[in-house]
Amino acid sequence: MERQTAEIREQFPILKTQVNSKPLVYLDNAASTQKPTRVVNAIAQYYNTSHSNVHRGVHSLSQKATQLFEDAREAVRAHLNAESTSQIIFTKGCTDAINTVASGFERLLNKGDEVLISHLEHHSNIVPWQMACERSGAVLKVIPMNAKGELEWSSSLLNARTKVVAVNHVSNALGTINPIREIIADAHAASAAVLIDGAQSTPHFAVDVQALDADFYTFSGHKVYGPTGIGILYGKKEWLEKLPPYQGGGDMIKRVSFKKTTYADLPFKFEAGTPNMAGAVGLHAALGFMQDIGLENIAAHENGLLRYATEELSRIPGIRLIGTADTKASVLSFLLEGAHPYDIGVLLDQMGIAVRTGHHCTQPIMDYFEIPGTVRASFAIYNTMEEVDQFVRGVMRSASMLV
Amino acid sequence: MTIQDIQSEIVEEFSFFDDWMDKYEHLISLGKDLPLIDTEFKTEEHIIKGCQSQVWLHADLKEGKLLFTADSDAIITKGIISLLIRSFNKQEPDAILEAKTHFIDSIGLKDHLSPTRANGLVSMVKQMKFYALAFKAKTQTS
Repeated sequence: MERQTAEIREQFPILKTQVNSKPLVYLDNAASTQKPTRVVNAIAQYYNTSHSNVHRGVHSLSQKATQLFEDAREAVRAHLNAESTSQIIFTKGCTDAINTVASGFERLLNKGDEVLISHLEHHSNIVPWQMACERSGAVLKVIPMNAKGELEWSSSLLNARTKVVAVNHVSNALGTINPIREIIADAHAASAAVLIDGAQSTPHFAVDVQALDADFYTFSGHKVYGPTGIGILYGKKEWLEKLPPYQGGGDMIKRVSFKKTTYADLPFKFEAGTPNMAGAVGLHAALGFMQDIGLENIAAHENGLLRYATEELSRIPGIRLIGTADTKASVLSFLLEGAHPYDIGVLLDQMGIAVRTGHHCTQPIMDYFEIPGTVRASFAIYNTMEEVDQFVRGVMRSASMLV
Repeated sequence: MTIQDIQSEIVEEFSFFDDWMDKYEHLISLGKDLPLIDTEFKTEEHIIKGCQSQVWLHADLKEGKLLFTADSDAIITKGIISLLIRSFNKQEPDAILEAKTHFIDSIGLKDHLSPTRANGLVSMVKQMKFYALAFKAKTQTS
């Protein structure tokens, strides 16, 4: 094992766990990453030394909590290279962030307008738009994909009625990195807004929302080594101002009377109720963890693991890779001929190897390939080449038992 | 044999396996040997959908006793189905209604019969009991 990886692993006590009396090999990172001690400590320290409700109190502790919460916002701004902290909205997660935008658009969409999503989307970037379309009378259109699991993008998918394009940066089921720069540029030429679901990109490489020119960019805390229950919605100012608020409550108002309520300025307009301060503090620490390693180093390390795992796994007879896009991040989805993915998952678990099996909340992708699901291994900064070897041996062993 | 006797027999059978691989290999071979469900019953009507694997279940009543046939797309799920069917088959409705499935825990396969597994097995046990209840009602009214 490389020295740097060994040092990183030291920061994740859970990686020393035994599962079924075997050392844990954790390859379910696309579902959720583990947390370094600095994230856990930051949350504990927040509650032990700084907790109080934010934005309202004049007392010192409230100001301290508010300061930490707003420091976290600034850290996220810097991480995404956004123009201003007013464009960084704390949400419950990536799904919540997408719902915030979709429910806002519900009221901006008119009958016959079009929403364009892709065949590669997670259910969380399909269902909120279906709901918005149902309620507004807009029509949901889908960017098709090919047998490699790549989007077949063409600007001819856009027309004057296209109001929103919602696409993920990286597919959670297949690992495909989508051509979002091109999609964003074409969509803007057609005057459509673009939401990029960054749940599977932010854990693996640097994202610059200004360079991408995305109108909305969303991600989850728990997939970037941070806590659960916290996510981010980045939006361009003009869009966040145009979009009606998602939920009503405290903190999101300027003035309330029974006649009329005026909403607070950005970002508070979208943060009704007491926010997840501990989550924000934890996320701040998680982004610091990633920055300290360096996003380029994370990408290089994980690409090395993915390349090696793909090569080694392909040698096993009967393996069928699902998703063979030219550009991929972290995810290796596959099937073994004659075996159900569930069976492989159960046997790998007996060997201490955690992978995900099933449809990965992407049933349209599974329908395309006419399969019930896949086995998915996904790599993070703390995984090692030795773990890839164990995983490949585990699949071979499962194959000998099942086929 | 009573359901309890059959279940004790299964537990004893499994106690010979020291390591997990032998145990699972046995389970897989049970799954492979499970008599196939009639294709006429392998329909939407008889499906029990789990998020991960799915199960088809059919039941008949013969001389006051239930006869189950089932299938699954996953072989380990099928192995456990074969254990459940073995313990419930040719039993009277009342015996099935009262029966427990703790023997699955005793052979170290508890996880497979947990609702979080989403493999359709928990619902399958429920469905087997529904069949028992339905047949019981039917015999009482006829």
